[in-house]
Amino acid sequence: MSGRGTTLAEGDSFPKLLISNAALRGARPAMREKEFGIWQSWTWAEALDEVRALACGLAAAGLKRGDKLAIIGDNRPQLYWSMVAAQAIGAVPVPMYQDSIAKELAFVLTHAEARFAMVEDQEQVDKLLEIREIQEKAGESSFEKIIYKDQRGMRNYGESFMESLADLQAAGRAYDAEHPEFFDAEVAKGNGSDLAIMLYTSGTTGNPKGVMLSNDNIIITARNTAELDGLCDSDETVAYLPMAWVGDNVFSLGQSYTTGFCVSCPESTATVMFDIREIGPTFFFAPPRIFENILTQVMIRMEDASYIKRWMFKFFMDLARRVGPSILDGRPVSALDRAGYALGRVLIYGPLMNTLGFSRIRLAYTAGEAIGPDIFDFYRSLGMNLKQLYGMTEGAVFVTAQPDGEVKTDTVGKPSPGVDIKIDESGEVIFRSPGVFLEYYKNPQATAGVKTADGWYHTGDAGFFDADGHLKIIDRAKDVGKLNDGTLFAPKYLENKLKFFPHISEAVVFGDQRDEAVAFINIDLEAVGSWAERLGITYGSYRELAAEPRVYDLIKGEIAEVNRDLAKDAHLVGSQIHRFLILHKELDADDGELTRTRKVRRSFVAEKYESLVVALYSGADHAEIETEVTYEDGRKGTMKADLAIASAATVTAPATAPMKLAS
Amino acid sequence: MTAVADTPAPLDKALAKPILEVKEVSLTFGGVTALDNVSFDIHEHEIRAIIGPNGAGKSSMLNVINGFYQPQSGSITYKGVTRSRMRPYVSAAQGIARTFQNIALFRGMTTLDNIMTGRLLKMRRGLLWQALHWGPARTEELEHREFVEHVIDFLEIQAIRKTPVGTLPYGLQKRVELGRALAAEPDLLLLDEPMAGMNVEEKEDMCRFILDVNEEFGTTIALIEHDMRVVMDISDHVAVLDYGRKIADGTPDEVRNNQDVIDAYLGVVHDTDKAG
Repeated sequence: MSGRGTTLAEGDSFPKLLISNAALRGARPAMREKEFGIWQSWTWAEALDEVRALACGLAAAGLKRGDKLAIIGDNRPQLYWSMVAAQAIGAVPVPMYQDSIAKELAFVLTHAEARFAMVEDQEQVDKLLEIREIQEKAGESSFEKIIYKDQRGMRNYGESFMESLADLQAAGRAYDAEHPEFFDAEVAKGNGSDLAIMLYTSGTTGNPKGVMLSNDNIIITARNTAELDGLCDSDETVAYLPMAWVGDNVFSLGQSYTTGFCVSCPESTATVMFDIREIGPTFFFAPPRIFENILTQVMIRMEDASYIKRWMFKFFMDLARRVGPSILDGRPVSALDRAGYALGRVLIYGPLMNTLGFSRIRLAYTAGEAIGPDIFDFYRSLGMNLKQLYGMTEGAVFVTAQPDGEVKTDTVGKPSPGVDIKIDESGEVIFRSPGVFLEYYKNPQATAGVKTADGWYHTGDAGFFDADGHLKIIDRAKDVGKLNDGTLFAPKYLENKLKFFPHISEAVVFGDQRDEAVAFINIDLEAVGSWAERLGITYGSYRELAAEPRVYDLIKGEIAEVNRDLAKDAHLVGSQIHRFLILHKELDADDGELTRTRKVRRSFVAEKYESLVVALYSGADHAEIETEVTYEDGRKGTMKADLAIASAATVTAPATAPMKLAS
Repeated sequence: MTAVADTPAPLDKALAKPILEVKEVSLTFGGVTALDNVSFDIHEHEIRAIIGPNGAGKSSMLNVINGFYQPQSGSITYKGVTRSRMRPYVSAAQGIARTFQNIALFRGMTTLDNIMTGRLLKMRRGLLWQALHWGPARTEELEHREFVEHVIDFLEIQAIRKTPVGTLPYGLQKRVELGRALAAEPDLLLLDEPMAGMNVEEKEDMCRFILDVNEEFGTTIALIEHDMRVVMDISDHVAVLDYGRKIADGTPDEVRNNQDVIDAYLGVVHDTDKAG
């Protein structure tokens, strides 16, 4: 086969899609895995053979229609095949996070009533044995069989309910030879409305919930979005995010099985970046954190480069930042800049993307949390078509995505095909789509709380559509408040905007039921420290640096920039930050001001620093505060400070009107 | 099933014959007696530990076993052949591999190349063939590379395959050194303080690897180690040396409760001191 194979596979279940792919493109690669230093690959025909043997083996071992098969391990072809094999005989795969501790796994295993478990190696087997012991003590029914992929270290396990994957497949092949019609007959029994998979969401509050997704949920969503982005069977991707995460299921199984592209599994978690480089994916997903890490590594390595290289890098990166995104989106750019960019591609951008393994990327997505504009622009200016999407497990990922050529740093794009989105009266985003899940397993109460009878799903996120019809997600709906004049007030959105500046490490914004928004700022000691060093500002401590008037001016300028940005949006123009102060100490989890995952505990901070909040609204130009601090050795002490309060420039009208700076 | 037939049957350590017997070995350097009439044996497929305080003669014992030092008296029986001394090339050719107390890797070479050097004695083609890197030499190198990749997989060091070992942290260098020893497919593996200088996590990993080597490949292991807890946890038999003499020999439990051992490790008040 040559060229781009854009024929989509037919079928309303994964096993049917697999059979279709084996017929359409049997000799093309379906999966790869690096093992013993070499990329091993399996064609679609070979994948079908493996799945068939696994399905027959599972059936022969006693897995029945409707049973759950727990799947625990890193991304491995055999584990993906096990999912499809389970589906072939009507069982339901339940992938679980491989790095969970036994206690966390135990809840999910018990709740899902998994009878069989397919695991990668001894590490997972040990966890399951630990759980089995607990389950038996508690008198709960336990799983009946553990199948493991790696034989390593399994020599001394004599338990009769354990079997290696190789043995299971061999038994499956024997069963298949005796019952040659079995596999096809079982596959034919499945259809689109069947439960395809159960994914447990890592609940931040309470126990995880089992999200039940049907074949249609995943396959229709995957097919719609793959068509929109023009994915085809010559595309390549690397499956390195947890199999228990819905995104991996939709990308590595859903879109791969509908379009026939090849999915590669890394050698180990430690080698992912090398493996990406070797494969050179054309389609790539990563959360913002990973893009940020890669950028940081590039910057660190550049600092060690020779002077000429550093100069070239800076020159061409400045050019790329200016014109790269426009060139990518096909907007007009002057001939001189175009020539400069072409030269940059030869000297800098091309080699850099190649080093990172990104030189073949046609399509890249990020999602999950807000991505810093600097990071986002860096990749786009290099020519990577990086886009943002918005989605969740309950919607089979795709709710909105940015179309090619319409990418903005602070929106999540337009509704994906087949998705209806509404903003309800409270400002919450609700949507209806082919991907909306069936229900939470054994939890009708939770289902009723988020899904209406006619299929609308309540996301719990507050957002609105901007002038171009792009959805903007601003915060969790429950955290969003209102200013006294009725303006929307989304503290986390404002804080994130502030924290995108490297000089600001933490921010707490107040404004709910007040006249205007005000902020506490924590400066980043390292970033501001090196800035101060360059200007020759001397300081002895965090507190001295934080009180320095020139630091106040620096932060004032950055807040003004945030305000200018907010003023561009009719919904947010009212929530500009009017006054701020820089706290004399860093917010700390030891003092209860942050959670252990470093999230601000807003109400606690408001209470503790009440006098400062009052001063911010009173119009005073300084405020005194006495706070209790906990030192690292556990001793407590008090800290007295007199903090300056400053006003930031605000824009009084949307950006269309002439800019006028308030006091 | 063929896969089962290929792997050795579960080990019954109680029935194993000695693979190596050291009989009445004495080693002196000038006036210093490093080993004084020491005898012990190492059974097939066991993990045998040699412990003792600093300067007890542990490393000397290993050096005698692999032929680096020549003992003044005594004999060494390895695989049924009795010799008055081993020679390093004989021991290597006969399946004894070792790691060193102070890491002895080629620091500028990658992990992969370092482990490949462990295959040296298994290479059949000469220098000229290897230099040509063509035909049979190439086929042979591919076979060796495949074996080395299995070692890399076994030790979970895929991520540092192409990294020069000089830049690796200490714990990983130790693991690479173990990899090089394993690449020689040894029957007897000598480990000289495999866990020295490691943090707790690295020690646990190393224990796991030592046990896995022993269980998966049936390799006999003799190790010297300072960390008593490690030794007691993983060894089948422990010999204790003190001032060049063997003061105890037995299972970890027997050795743990042996008064001489306790005295040697904790120090003991001498009779003369008591009198005074």
